[in-house]
This record gives sequence, structure tokens and C-alpha cells, in this order.
Amino acid sequence: MAEKSALIEMRALVKTYDLLIVLRKLDLKIERGEFVALLGPNGSGKSTLLRLLSGLSKPTSGTIFIGGWELPREAAAVRAQIGMVSHRALLYENLTARENLQFFARLYNLPQQDIDAQIRLLLERVGLAKRGDSLVRTFSRGMQQRLSIARALLNNPAVLLMDEPYTGLDQDAAQVLDGLLTQAYADGRTILMTSHDLDRAARLASRVLILSRGNIGYDAPASALNGQQLSERYSEITSLATAR
Amino acid sequence: MSAIGNLSSNPNQHARSGIAAWPPLLRILTLATIIAVAIGLYLGLFYSGTDIDQGQVQRLFYIHLSAFTGAFIAFCGTVLGGVQYLRTRNVQWDSIALAGAEVGLALSILNLVTGMIWARPIWNTWWTWDPRLTSAAIMCLTYAAYLMLRSGIENAEQRRRFASIYGILAITTVILTLMITRIRPDTIHPVVIGPSVQNPNAEGAFEFSERMSMTIGINSAIWSTLVPVTLMWHRVRLQNLIERVNALKAEVLNK
Amino acid sequence: MNTPFFQAAWAILRKDLQTELRSRELLSSMGLFALLSIFIFSFALELDRIARQEAISGVLWVTVVFASILGLNRSLAMERDQGNLDAMLLAPINRTAIFLGKLIGNYLFALTIGLLLLPVMTVLFNMSLIQPWLLLVLVLGTLGFSTVGTLLATMTVQTRARESLLPILMLPIALPVVIAAVKASTSILNNVPMGDWIAWPQILVVVDFVYLVLCFLLFEFVIED
Repeated sequence: MAEKSALIEMRALVKTYDLLIVLRKLDLKIERGEFVALLGPNGSGKSTLLRLLSGLSKPTSGTIFIGGWELPREAAAVRAQIGMVSHRALLYENLTARENLQFFARLYNLPQQDIDAQIRLLLERVGLAKRGDSLVRTFSRGMQQRLSIARALLNNPAVLLMDEPYTGLDQDAAQVLDGLLTQAYADGRTILMTSHDLDRAARLASRVLILSRGNIGYDAPASALNGQQLSERYSEITSLATAR
Repeated sequence: MSAIGNLSSNPNQHARSGIAAWPPLLRILTLATIIAVAIGLYLGLFYSGTDIDQGQVQRLFYIHLSAFTGAFIAFCGTVLGGVQYLRTRNVQWDSIALAGAEVGLALSILNLVTGMIWARPIWNTWWTWDPRLTSAAIMCLTYAAYLMLRSGIENAEQRRRFASIYGILAITTVILTLMITRIRPDTIHPVVIGPSVQNPNAEGAFEFSERMSMTIGINSAIWSTLVPVTLMWHRVRLQNLIERVNALKAEVLNK
Repeated sequence: MNTPFFQAAWAILRKDLQTELRSRELLSSMGLFALLSIFIFSFALELDRIARQEAISGVLWVTVVFASILGLNRSLAMERDQGNLDAMLLAPINRTAIFLGKLIGNYLFALTIGLLLLPVMTVLFNMSLIQPWLLLVLVLGTLGFSTVGTLLATMTVQTRARESLLPILMLPIALPVVIAAVKASTSILNNVPMGDWIAWPQILVVVDFVYLVLCFLLFEFVIED
């Protein structure tokens, strides 16, 4: 159903919380295989946008299409194609890493015969092969985040939504995450990542968006501006919004 | 999509205030209710005869039962509002639900208090854990919990949604409890409608004269229709004003 | 398109059972609370033999209800803390499967506590509570308030007031269940002829059914956003 139209498309997207407008008539198209970094200050609507795309929230008005399916009406069709990582772990502390993945594998109705092998592979990918049978409660934040990514990749999603995934990670963990995201991008997944880290965004992503006061203030390929210029542009846009 | 679209915005309402701002029908209704309640009280206090067994305190019954039916009607408004809100997401329905809960709670407290005042001289106790009293008390507590739920949620959309759900559960509880107490007639509470295990002439049951029947009939009708509807209408108007203020506030903040 | 309903519900139930078996967090806190509760009732009420026969089923049910509130709060808080409710909502499953999975888990925990209480109370109060009909009433009664409890706990866990709101909301709604359960239990324990009290378990079945259907229908509204 996707054909020539973009993989993800948002038209006149509006989201209000208690009459306060968070997203104002947002229009956005994301092509298959893009790695989009979504930047913006707190309250600009980044997390809200991701929640809307993941189907966790419903738009106040406007439409969202993912792979041709309309959200939220046809959200069920889309869920199997999406993986989401947030700054919260989304894991069960009293289960082992393996048990966590097995649980989600069942929820995603993945074929049982492959699943153990799949899980083993994923744990290796994220560097947790030796800790497969440890309780998640014993994991450091970095390890939990890595397991979270393994969970997101379980169903082999076409779209990865990452909400501030680097929060609370130390250098080493962040580097591992870099590697995983780069790999996911190379695998052809479409990635939408929110972040506060301009440098990292510019480095990893193929396209950079700056969200400000519920609208897109900047939208260009990552190569368009270098780190310094991007930083300046960012300050421009965000201070412009508050000055209004 | 502006929330104001949901409210009836009559430009003339800006110019006038107080009673002048009420819709004509509401003015008539309020007047009619006040007159009707006065007539009902007259009937109850003067027109109907004094009960042989119970004396003057029996007159409380006219308010007591009427308040109960009024409360029940109001609570039906709450559940209707809740169901319709979940279906249509029109805020007006939630305002009706809220109004129903508040008015209904007030009337059920009235029911409970008049019942207690009656019970003291007749049963020689303020309270007893008789099933019917228990269920009346539960009705009060359930809707008090409903109001507490509403006050505990900041997000308006979530508040309306959760309140609607709880409103549906609340009426179910009231109905189930009422039915349960009917099935088990081992109660000392006078059974006015339906079979009573007691001798109808014994203490606790009522024998109605013509005048009493008319009084109770009229009072019931007034309190179960005019009173809740009028009170709820006023409450809904108040709620609409509150919503309007919120919408205007949001408009300013959204700029 | 979606994962089969019962598979999803079973996965969630299994996850809850696994977690509980490993940490025994719910059962131990519920169990300890229940025991303490029984002891306090024992001392506070100073029941003589006659009074005990009337009061004991009340003590049982009050304890089971409050213990189940403890369990419900914990069970749903666990989902909220790590954002796991979101994780389940992200998955391609029917929302109501979440309700069924959590419900059965909570029901089993509450029922376990109830069953454990029977021998304990038999010993402490010197009355035999281990009777087949009483077991049936326990099974039916616990189901009733586990149903509304799961729905309401999912609601309250998303609010600001969180845990403190659940007893306030749940106790009135659970009342028809408690009334019927206590009436039935008292009659059974006093060896009243079955004809006199059989209406109560029947009422319990009806109430359970009504609440089950209602809560299944209402659950999707609780977790939408």
C-alpha cells in the first residue's frame, strides 16, 4: 500500500492537551530509510509527536499515515511494524533479560520455533549475550537501554521511534547505542529520533528537524549545516519562539 | 477545533448578567420549581393529616422519599451523560454528568438526614445497619467518591473519561444494591411499595389516608422531576461558564 | 493482524505469575497484611463465642477485600513504573487482552490469600471455615471485586493521587459483592438450611456476570489516549 508515497506522512496534525496546543497543524513526510533527528526544547512537542506516531496517543485533528495505514483508525495494522525506545526502560525488573524478550515475542506473535535463536542473536547484537539470564533489576541504565533496543528490534520493525534514548547513558553505553543505530540505519530501517544532543544528531542522522512551539522551524539534510552552524540556527529558532 | 464550538455562544449573554442572562425557559422552570416546592411543603406540613402512630415526625416522609427519587433521577443523568460523553466526546454531556452527581449527592444526603431524624423518635436510634439504609449510605459514598475522582485528575480529557466510566459503575452499584435489598425483606425499614413481612398495622409500616397519598404523590412528582432538572440545568450553565473561561485562558496561552 | 486474544492474555498472565513466583512481593505483602488484619480484629473485637459466629464472615471478607486492594495497587503500579503499560499498548494486541491477563492474575492472588486465610481463621477462631460451600462463595466473591478492582486500579494508577484513590473508588462498587458474600458466608458457617441462603450465591453469580461484562466493555476507555 505504500507505493510512491512517503512511508510516514502527517497532514495538518494538531494535538492539544487540555486546550493547550502542543502541535499546530504539523505537516511532515518521512521517506523509507531516512534517519530523522528531531530536535527542539522541552515542551516543543517532540515526545508528543512520537507518541502520536506510535499509536499511544490520538491526534486532536489531522491525519497520520504510516505505510499507507491511517492512524489511529488502523493502528492495529501498524503496531507490528513499529519499534519504540523511550527514556523509560519499558522492561520488567523481576524478569531476566531473556524472559523479558520472550514475553514481548509472545505479545508480538513471533513464530515460536525461531524465537530462542532470535533472542540469542539480539542479545549478542546489543552486547548482552552473557547477561541473558540476569534479572533486569541488576542492570545498569546503559544495559537496560540496550535491552530496550533489543526489545524494539524483536519484531523486525520497519520504523524505529526513539524518544531521547541517550538520556542517562555514559560514554561507553552511548557509543554502543551509536553503533546499534547506525546498524539499524544501514539495515534500511526508518528511524525517527528525538534528542537534545545537536552534535550527535548531526553526526548520525540523514535529516535534521527542529521543532519549536509545535511547528517545524527547520528541515534539511544533516549535511546542510555543520555542528556549529546548526547550533546557531537552533538558538535562533528557539529564541524566536520565546520572544514572540 | 476550539472548545468554544461546543458551547452555545449567545452574544447577548455578554451584555446581561444575573437572572437576565438565563434562558426564558429556565426562568419559568425555576419559578415553577420554587412554587411547586412551596406547595408541596404546604401539603406536607398542613394539608395532610397527622399520622396516628407516629405523630408529626411522619411528615418528614414526604421529603424523605421524594429526595430519594430526585437523587435517583439525577444519577440517571450522570450515567446518561457519561455514556454519551464516551460516545460523542461532547463536553456538554460530561457537564450534565457532573451536575447530576452533585445534585444527586445533595438530594441523597437530604434523604439520609431526613431518614435519620425520623428514625430517632420512631426506632429510638439515629442509625441502624439495615440493608436499605446501608444502600442509601452507599449511594452517597459512591457519588462522593465520584466527585473525589474528578477532583484528583488535572487533565480535563482524562478526568471526563474516567468520571464517565466511574459514573457507569456507580449507577450499576446503586441498582444492584437496591435489587439485593428487595430480594431479602429482612429489614426493619418500612416497605412502602411492595410486600412487607410485617403486619401492615404494626409499627414501622404505613397506612395511607387519601390526603397522605395525594401529598406523597405530588411531592414525589415535584422532587423527582422539577427539582433535579432545574438544579442540574443551573449547574450545567455554571459549568459551561467555567469551560468558557478555561477556553479563553488557553487561547491567550496558545498565542 | 493482531496477536490472538487468548495468547496475548495468557502471555501477560504468565508474565505476572513468573514475576510473582520469583519475587513473591505481592503474595507476601498481601499475606502478611491479611494475617495482621485478622489478629487486630481478634484483639479489637474481643468476640465471645456467639458474637464470633456472626462476625467472622465479616472479618474474613473485609480482610480479603483490603488485601486485594494492596495487591491491585502493587500489580498495576508495577506496570506504570517502568512504563510497561505503554509497552503493552505498543504491541499489536487487543486492549481487552491486557484486562483479561491482569484480571486473572489479580484474581488468583486474591483467591490464594483468601484460601490461606480459611485454615488460619479456623485455628484462631476455633470454627471450621473449611467448608465446600464457603469455598464456592470465596471463589465467586473474590472474582467480583477483582474484576472491578482491576479496572479501577488501571484507572487510578494513571492519576495524580494514585494508590490512595483506589480504596475510595473501589469499596462502594465492591459493596454488592461483599454484601452477598458476607450474607452467604454467615449462613453457611451457622449451618443454616441451604434453602434460606442459596439466594445469595445466586446473586453473587449475577453480580459477577454484570461486572465482568461491564468492565470488559469499559476497559478500552481506561487506557486510551
